[in-house]
Amino acid sequence: MSVPTHSPADVAVGRSPPRVDGAAKVSGRALYVDDLPCEDAWHGATVRSSVPHGRLRGVHLDRAFDWSDVTVVTAADIRGCNVVSLIEGDQPALVPVGGTIRHVAEPVALVAASTRARAFAAAAAVRLEVDELPAALDLDAALRADALVHGDDNVMKTLRIAKGDEVERALAGCDLVIEGVYETGAQEQMYIEPQGMLAHWDEHGACHVTGSMQCPYYVHSAMKVLFGLDDAHAIVTQAVTGGGFGGKEEYPSMLALHAALLARAAGRPVKIVYDREEDVAATTKRHPSRVRHRLGLMRDGTFVAADVDLVLDGGAYVTLTPVVLSRAVLHAAGPYRLPHVRVVGRALATNTPPHGAFRGFGAPQAIFATERQVDRAARALGVDPWELRRKNALRAGDTTSTGQVLEHSVGSLAVLDALRRVAPSPRPDHEGSSSPAWPPPRDELPDVRLGSPVRRGRGIAFCMHGAGFTGSGEQRLAGRASVATRPDGGFEVRSSSTDIGQGAFTTFAQIAADALGVDGARVSVLEPTTDRVPDSGPTVASRTCMVVGKVVEDAATALRAHLLAWGRAHGLSGADLGEIARAHVRDVGEAERTVTYAPPPGIAWDDESYTGSAYPVYGWAACLVDVAVDDDTHEVTIERCVHAVDVGHAIHPVMVQGQIEGGTLQALGWALLEAVKYGGGRVLNPRMTDCIIPTSADAPKMETLLVESPYPFGPHGAKGVGEIPMDGPAAAAANALADALGIEPACVPMLPETIAAARAAREGAT
Amino acid sequence: MTTPWIRPATLDEALAVREEHADWRVLAGGTDLMVDAGRRPAPAGVIDLFGLPGLVGVEPMRDGSLRIGAATTYSMLLASDDVRRHLPLLAAVAREVGAWQIQARGTLGGNVGTCSPVGDTLPALLALDAEVELVSRKGVRLVAFDDFCTGYRTTDLRPGELIAALRFGRRALFASEGARHAWRKVGTRRAQSVSKVMLAAVAVLDDERRITCARLGLGAVRERPVRARAAEDLLVGERADAALAQRASEALTHDIAPIDDVRSTAAYRRDVAARLVRRFVLSLA
Ligand SMILES: Cc1cc2nc3c(=O)[nH]c(=O)nc-3n(C[C@H](O)[C@H](O)[C@H](O)COP(=O)(O)OP(=O)(O)OC[C@H]3O[C@@H](n4cnc5c(N)ncnc54)[C@H](O)[C@@H]3O)c2cc1C
Repeated sequence: MSVPTHSPADVAVGRSPPRVDGAAKVSGRALYVDDLPCEDAWHGATVRSSVPHGRLRGVHLDRAFDWSDVTVVTAADIRGCNVVSLIEGDQPALVPVGGTIRHVAEPVALVAASTRARAFAAAAAVRLEVDELPAALDLDAALRADALVHGDDNVMKTLRIAKGDEVERALAGCDLVIEGVYETGAQEQMYIEPQGMLAHWDEHGACHVTGSMQCPYYVHSAMKVLFGLDDAHAIVTQAVTGGGFGGKEEYPSMLALHAALLARAAGRPVKIVYDREEDVAATTKRHPSRVRHRLGLMRDGTFVAADVDLVLDGGAYVTLTPVVLSRAVLHAAGPYRLPHVRVVGRALATNTPPHGAFRGFGAPQAIFATERQVDRAARALGVDPWELRRKNALRAGDTTSTGQVLEHSVGSLAVLDALRRVAPSPRPDHEGSSSPAWPPPRDELPDVRLGSPVRRGRGIAFCMHGAGFTGSGEQRLAGRASVATRPDGGFEVRSSSTDIGQGAFTTFAQIAADALGVDGARVSVLEPTTDRVPDSGPTVASRTCMVVGKVVEDAATALRAHLLAWGRAHGLSGADLGEIARAHVRDVGEAERTVTYAPPPGIAWDDESYTGSAYPVYGWAACLVDVAVDDDTHEVTIERCVHAVDVGHAIHPVMVQGQIEGGTLQALGWALLEAVKYGGGRVLNPRMTDCIIPTSADAPKMETLLVESPYPFGPHGAKGVGEIPMDGPAAAAANALADALGIEPACVPMLPETIAAARAAREGAT
Repeated sequence: MTTPWIRPATLDEALAVREEHADWRVLAGGTDLMVDAGRRPAPAGVIDLFGLPGLVGVEPMRDGSLRIGAATTYSMLLASDDVRRHLPLLAAVAREVGAWQIQARGTLGGNVGTCSPVGDTLPALLALDAEVELVSRKGVRLVAFDDFCTGYRTTDLRPGELIAALRFGRRALFASEGARHAWRKVGTRRAQSVSKVMLAAVAVLDDERRITCARLGLGAVRERPVRARAAEDLLVGERADAALAQRASEALTHDIAPIDDVRSTAAYRRDVAARLVRRFVLSLA
C-alpha cells in the first residue's frame, strides 16, 4: 500500500518514526516480567480444581511431601475480602473450603518455593476433596439449566434495543425475510508472552506488583479491595508486555492477588509466570456465541427491519461479560439504515473458565451473523452484495439502532468505494481451477505435490465499530494524562495507558511532540506505575490513541503555553522550549500539566432505554476476501485480502497498517483455523501444537487501504482502530466460501472438516 | 542434579556408551525430545548424536542404493542433489516439515525413532521400500521400515542399537522413466503443522501405461503409518482410469482406521485419504 504523507518534515504525526520500544525488543534488551532481576524471588504455582462444578470439602497437604521449604496459601489466609473485584464481586481469588467450584481451572490454593520445579511438585502434592455437582458446560445446557451457575436461570445479563415499530409487524410488511442461526466458538488470544506477575511487600506495608498487563488501575483496584489497601499502598507497574488482545485486561488482577498473597505469606518476593498450557487452560477467551437473525427487506433491496436474538457464553463468573454483551448488542444491527430494530442479548453462565475481553469485544460475533445475512439477502435478490451494502449503508445524518445521529467522521461510503476501486468485480481475480501451489514451487526441487482442483469465490463484509467506551463510559472513566518537563530539557508523557505491542508509547510521543512543538526524540513516555501516573482508564476499547491521545495532546498544549508564559516572564522569550523547560526545572522545579477527558458536545446516553450516543464515534471498514477451496481436502487458501478502514487520521501510518494487518489475520484465523476444543469443561488443546493460530505462511498478502474521515475530537482527527479489523474478515471469508461452494456457512471456525460436512450435505440434498 | 550429557566423537564411541547405559536417552535434533522435556523426569543421561560424522550425509552406495545417515537433517536432505534426483518424494516431504528452524535441526533418524503416526517422512519411507540400518557393537541389522515400526510410537529398536541410516535399495526402479511420485500433506495449517492425513505414493508404469508397481504410504489414518496394501494390489497390472481410481479409494478401508481427535475427525480423514488416493490414480491415467 502507499503510505500517505501528510506532514511536513518537522512534525511527527502522520510520519512513521521508529517505534520507541522497537530497538529494545528486537535486540532482546526489553525486560518482560520473567526477565526482571529479582534473585531472592520465590516461584509461585497454582492449585486448580479438576472438576467443572463442585463443593470444596477440604484442601489437604500430602503427608509424604516435605513442606518445610514451601509456602502454602488458601482462602483461609485471606484476611480481607476474598474477591477479584471487577463489575460484580462474584469471583473469589481462591475458592474457600465450603465454597463452590465453578470451573475446572478455578484456583483453590497457591504454593511458592525457591525453584519453579519445587513449586510445581508442591502444587501436585495438594489434594482437593470435592463433592462433584452436575455441570452446565455449554449454552444449551445453561439454557436448560442443567446446573445453576448464576441466579435461578443462569442469565447473567439481558440487554434490549428497540427502534421503530414493533418488529413482527415490520417484518410482516417486508417482501423478503432472511432468517439464520449463527454460532461462533471461543478464541484464544495467544499473545506471545504468557501471563506473569511479580509481587513484594515493602517495610511500609505497601505491596508492589509488576507484570504483564493492559490495565494497571484494574489491578490496583483489585489489590485495594482484597488487601484493604489505600491508593498509595498498592503500587502496580506494567512490565514490558508481550501482547494482550484483551486477554490481559482482567486476568492479571487474579495473578497479582495470587502473587501478593504468596509474597506476604512467604515474606519475600514471589513471581508467578504461567506456562503456555496453564495460560490457555485457565485465562479468558473470546465468548462463544449464538445469534438468531431475521432481516426483512423490500424487493428493491431496501432494508426494513432486523430482529436479533443473541446469546453469549459468559463462563463461570460475570467478569466483563455484561460489557461484552453490550458491545455485541450495539453492533448487531450492523452499519445499515434500519427503521425497525429489535435486539435481545443475553449472557449465560456456564461451568467453563470465564470468557472475557478479546479484540472486538462481542462485536465480531454479532457482525458475523449480520454480514452473513446481508450476503444471503443479496443472493436471494440476485444483486451484487457490494451494491446492496452501499444502498443501505448508514450515511452522515442517519440514525443508528440506538437513535444516535451520525454527525461526523462517517466513512461508510468511502470505505466501500475504496474497496470497489481496487477490486471492481464481484468475481475473484484468479479464475481457473488449478490449485494454488503450496508450498510454492522451487526451481531446484522436482514438483511431486499431488494437486487437486479448487473452487474460487469472493466475499465482502462491511461494518462499523464504536470507538471508546460504551455509552457514558468515557464520562465515568474521566481518563487523565499528564505531560511534564524533564531536567534535561526533554518532556515526559505520564499515563496509565500501556504499550502492549500496539505502539501506544510511540503515538503518544508523536502527539505530545507536535503539541509541544519539539522534536519527537525529546519526548519520552513513562513506564506506567500507579504511584507515578494518573488513571487514564484501561487500555481497551480502541480508545487509547483517540481518547487518551487527545488528553495527552491537550496536556502538552497546556504545558507549552505555561512554559512560554513562564519563559517570557523570566527573560527567555523566543528561547527553545527545551531550554525553557530546563530553566524551569532548575529554578522552580518540574512543570506538569494534567488534563481530564472531556466528552465531545452532544454525547448523551440512556442506560435504561439503551438509546442515545452509544459511542462518541465509529470506525468504518470494508473487507474483501478471495478464497480457493481444495476439492479434495477442503483446505482454504486466501488468495486476496483487501481491507479498507476509516481510521480518522493515521498518526503513524506504518503502525496503523500493522494494526489492521494483524487484526485481519487474527480474524481470518478465528474464521478458518482456530478452534478451542472443550471436553468436560476443560480445554482439550491447551498448547500451541494444537491450539493453532495462523503462521506467516498462512497469511495472505494484505492490501490495506487507509481511509481518513477525520474525527474532530480526536488527536489530529484520529479515531479508534485497534478492534475494527477483527470485525469483518470472518464474514467476508464465509461469504467467499458461500460464493465458491454454494454452501451457507453458519459457524466459526469454518474448518476443512466443517466445510466437508457442509459440502456433503449440499451434495446429498441435490 | 545435572544430567550426564555425552557427545560422542565417533560412532564406535556412541555404541559403547549406548551399550553401557541402556537407560540413557538417545538424542539427535531434540525436536521431539525437548518438547515436554520440562514436564517429564530428567533422563538418566543423554547420548547426543547431532552432527556425529558417521551418521550424517547422503551416500550413493556401490549396490545402487542410496544411504541416508540417521542424523541427516531435513535441510541437508533438501540440499542434496542425490535426494532431489533420486528421491524427489523425500525432498518434497522434507520441505514441509515444521518450518526452517525445525528443518535445520530435526533429523530423519529422529522421525523414525519417534515413529509417530503423524511422522511426515514415514509414509514416504513406506512408499520407497526403505530399510532401517541398525548398528550395535554386535554388528549391523537391516529391517524393512514397515517391520521396524511395530505400532503406536513403538519400534523394533533393541538394546544397544542405534539407527545408523535409512537405505533406499530400489531407487533405480523408483527413479526410472516410468516412475511417478506424489506427496500430499494435509495439515492443520501451512507450516508448523501436525498432519491430519498424508499420502506418499509411488507408481511405476510400463510403456503401455500399465501399473507394474504401486506403493501407497499413508499417515495419520491409524495408530501407525501404513501401506494401503489392498489398494496397491488392486492397481498392479491395470491401466488407470476413473473406475480404477474409485475402486482403489474404496479399498482403503481394509488398511486404515482413522480416529477422532483434537486435530480432526475420523470421517474427514477417511474421506480425504480416499480422495487423495483417487486423485493419485487419476493422475496416472
Ligand atoms: C515446532 C515443531 C514442528 C514439527 N513439525 C513436524 C512436521 O511437520 N512433521 C514431522 O514429521 N515432525 C515434526 N516435528 C517433530 C520432529 O521435528 C521430527 O519428528 C524430527 O524428525 C525429529 O528428529 P530429531 O532429530 O529432532 O529427534 P529427537 O527429538 O532427537 O529424537 C526423537 C526420537 O528418536 C530417537 N532417536 C533419534 N535419533 C536416533 C538414532 N540415531 N538412533 C536411535 N534412536 C534415535 C530419540 O531417542 C527419540 O526417541 C515437529 C517438531 C516441532 C517441535
